[in-house]
Amino acid sequence: MSAPTQLPRADRPVRAYRRRMPLLWWLGRRSYLLFVAREVSSIFVAWFVVYLLLLVWAVSRGEAAYRRFLDWSANPFVIALNVVALLFVLLHAVTWFNLAPAAMAVKVRGRRVPPLLIAAAHFGAWAVVSAAVAWIVLG
Amino acid sequence: MADRISLQVARYRPERDAEPTTQSYEIPLRKDWAVLDGLNYIKDELDGTLSYRWSCRMGICGSCGMTVNGEPKLTCATFLTDYAPGPVRVEPLRNFPVVRDLVVDIDDFMEKLSVVQPWIIRHDEEPPDGEYLQTPAELADYKQYSMCINCMLCYSACPIYGLNEHFLGPAAIALAQRYNLDSRDEGAADRMEALASQTGVWDCTYVGECSVACPKGVDPAGAIQRYKLTAATATLKSFLLPRGGR
Amino acid sequence: MSSSHDVLIVGGGGAGLRAAIAVVEANPALNVAIVSKVYPMRSHTVSAEGGAAAVIRAEDSIDEHAYDTISGGDWLCDQDAVEAFVNEAPEEMLRLEHWGCPWSREPDGHIAVRPFGGMKRVRTWFAADKTGFHLLHTLFQTSLKYQEIARYDEWFVTKLLVDDGRVRGVVAIELRSGRIETITAKAVILCTGGCGRVFPFTTNAAIKTGDGMALAYRAGAPLKDMEFVQYHPTGLPFTGILITEAARAEGGWLLNKDGYRYLQDYDLGTPQPGPVLRSMELGPRDRLSQAFVKEMEKGRTIDTPYGAVVNLDLRHLGAKLINTKLPMVRELCLDYENIDPIKEMIPVRPVVHYMMGGVSTDIHGATPLEGLYAAGEVACVSINGANRLGSNSLPELLVFGARAGHAAAEFVAEHVQGRHSGSTALAQGEDEQRRLERDVLGREGGGERIATIRTEMQTAMEQGAGIYRTEEEMAKCADKLRELQERLPSASIDDHSKTFNTELVAALELGLMLDVAETIVQSAQRREESRGAHQRIDFPDRDDERFLAHSLVHRNADGSSRVEYPPVTITRWPPGERVYGR
Repeated sequence: MSAPTQLPRADRPVRAYRRRMPLLWWLGRRSYLLFVAREVSSIFVAWFVVYLLLLVWAVSRGEAAYRRFLDWSANPFVIALNVVALLFVLLHAVTWFNLAPAAMAVKVRGRRVPPLLIAAAHFGAWAVVSAAVAWIVLG
Repeated sequence: MADRISLQVARYRPERDAEPTTQSYEIPLRKDWAVLDGLNYIKDELDGTLSYRWSCRMGICGSCGMTVNGEPKLTCATFLTDYAPGPVRVEPLRNFPVVRDLVVDIDDFMEKLSVVQPWIIRHDEEPPDGEYLQTPAELADYKQYSMCINCMLCYSACPIYGLNEHFLGPAAIALAQRYNLDSRDEGAADRMEALASQTGVWDCTYVGECSVACPKGVDPAGAIQRYKLTAATATLKSFLLPRGGR
Repeated sequence: MSSSHDVLIVGGGGAGLRAAIAVVEANPALNVAIVSKVYPMRSHTVSAEGGAAAVIRAEDSIDEHAYDTISGGDWLCDQDAVEAFVNEAPEEMLRLEHWGCPWSREPDGHIAVRPFGGMKRVRTWFAADKTGFHLLHTLFQTSLKYQEIARYDEWFVTKLLVDDGRVRGVVAIELRSGRIETITAKAVILCTGGCGRVFPFTTNAAIKTGDGMALAYRAGAPLKDMEFVQYHPTGLPFTGILITEAARAEGGWLLNKDGYRYLQDYDLGTPQPGPVLRSMELGPRDRLSQAFVKEMEKGRTIDTPYGAVVNLDLRHLGAKLINTKLPMVRELCLDYENIDPIKEMIPVRPVVHYMMGGVSTDIHGATPLEGLYAAGEVACVSINGANRLGSNSLPELLVFGARAGHAAAEFVAEHVQGRHSGSTALAQGEDEQRRLERDVLGREGGGERIATIRTEMQTAMEQGAGIYRTEEEMAKCADKLRELQERLPSASIDDHSKTFNTELVAALELGLMLDVAETIVQSAQRREESRGAHQRIDFPDRDDERFLAHSLVHRNADGSSRVEYPPVTITRWPPGERVYGR
């Protein structure tokens, strides 16, 4: 098979202009801002995991350690941090559940389950689990 | 309604401009004129030096994508009256190198098309005498992803592509899915390497703007997320059942 | 600088892509390239809507498809070509299916077919109402599989190079950089489509400027049947956007200003509530367009700022049918005319849609000029005769794209030795380059605008070469075109850039269009009869004695034209009366 003798493409033409993406590109649109907030929320999810581990560790070291942990948690800075974290984690959960249907093409009896139903199922499961946890912790 | 409107059009002539500038034109404002009709008026009557691409004037060829007031749009399907009283800013599609005025270089996309092997891959020797049977339900499985007109509004809307030109991108991945999900195709494994790579689906962080920009309802974001699940499941399966089922 | 290929294909639409694949499959050792002024997926094939016909049902037959095509063409079709076409269409379409084309299906998984205008049997395959789009994208994506196919995307061909009676290659401008190159080839296949932009109202995209027809004509290849211009009866006013025949095939009605289904007055059958093949709204396109003109003369059409229209009524079909079978029709009406066909009637008028005429070829796609082939709308084989049936042009791309590809491959294989590859071709190429730089790019600004000349051409053509023609109007049109030819060289070109100069392209395209327009009018003036899409008020009847022949127009050395009349090839279907609705 002969190699095609083709003219080489013109080099990137006399200075094709490449626009730089501005550093604050994500401030340009509401949807970009929401996207970045959603991504940043992962940091706070990580914080909650750490916080939970600290709690479990404190409990494992006995009553005194637990009390110290509670006192520390009552510190206004920690409270503020946890409130902010809670908001971000809620954002994380809501956006996650709303976006989940895009990845899941579920077919029942030959027809695709509407995305709203899949999202609703996620929220429903969340509500059930939250109720169960609340009953264990408070009940 | 006023009968004139101003278009602020990006100009770039590489022989003399270091970077794009803006030129303002005043044109008639007609109820049924799209932005493209405005550009044609400029070129025909006011300034023949304005360069842009267009062809079908009916949203099927994908030529006329540009940035209108900051949004990626098909200029043939975008009415001037929606922007009245104006002015309307018309710029080339973002995230692509600008060749001239409103014309961008799309070679990167053309190369990526080939990377995903967008054709029916089969392992049998000969095709059947008649057609491959495909039920309407099987057709519906991939039909949405086959509607892409290659207009590249999705690449223009994607900030990941803007930051990293190696990202395979929404349209290319949606096209790969069009074939992966086609009941006649047997090439999903062949496409996996490109799709499941670092610059494939895993570069996508589901901003979702591609699907918002798509004029044909292809939902490339959905195609990508579905593939993430497919790829992750496949990896898990190969991990748990190294010699097991496909 | 130059490069060379075995086979060079000009135009990357359905015919061009199919031809390229055919060349590679016939002989993988051949070096084939496609040069196109747009990226292939922008080619006008993409906008075809309704469907593609091929015999597939048990109750259908090859002979019936042939008869429908021949009678639809008012017996101007070459019947050997039609027979080859209807025989090969099913296998070509099946090949497309194997390549992944998403044809719409029956519940059992077999390919579905729908009725279409002028066809007695149901045989039109379809991919919803975006058949051309799916066909083109399937072909383009499949072509990517063949590494042997090189591509020159966004290169504009300005001239065919001929030396010693044989085509040697082309001269083309790379739009991105402005460089002008000579590309030599052993065979050239023209797949550049039609020339609807010669008229003011057309379904055709901006790129349909008759490039290949004019290039061939200038190079010495004759054009055939140029006077046969098909008007599609249902285009949107202002934009000319096509409302597919499928809307009528599914049961739409055409109503005049009194809400009356006027086609029944024109010997097209009696109105039934549902669609009836070859009757009323499913009659052939030329008869429907002619009925519109007559209604207009009677004052029964509706006046709008964009000219006279009639109404296409789909409301009785219901939302479910419209959304499944005609989604694109709804989309187009909503996006471009702000009308919802589920609730309102659609204003429509006849618009120029297709060129039956074109570069004259035999049934293998070969022109009389050695080494030059043509396929698709640019060519005239002829299978469409005086009027093309809807859904025949997409299979035409495949059948004749493949035939031309095979023929070109064979030609190259046979002509391996001997004949120098044409050193004068390179010299000619350099001449052309100098001409472009001097006469076109070097022009000053400040003269007449290109758009002015173009609009005057279009207006003259609509007036002189429209649906109904008279000697007087045609003569006026011919004079006007001559005048425009003289004015064109001094039209101003303001853009002197080498980078993506679309004004230069517009000027070149206008020159090509004027040449094509002249051949249309010349051929129309000389055909003193009415047949199919060519209707003359001064010669209202069909005249088989004198004109059961093709108009073959050649360019003389001095730029004038001469027209010859080779007879139509009749095999098994002697000329009869075209009857619809009875």
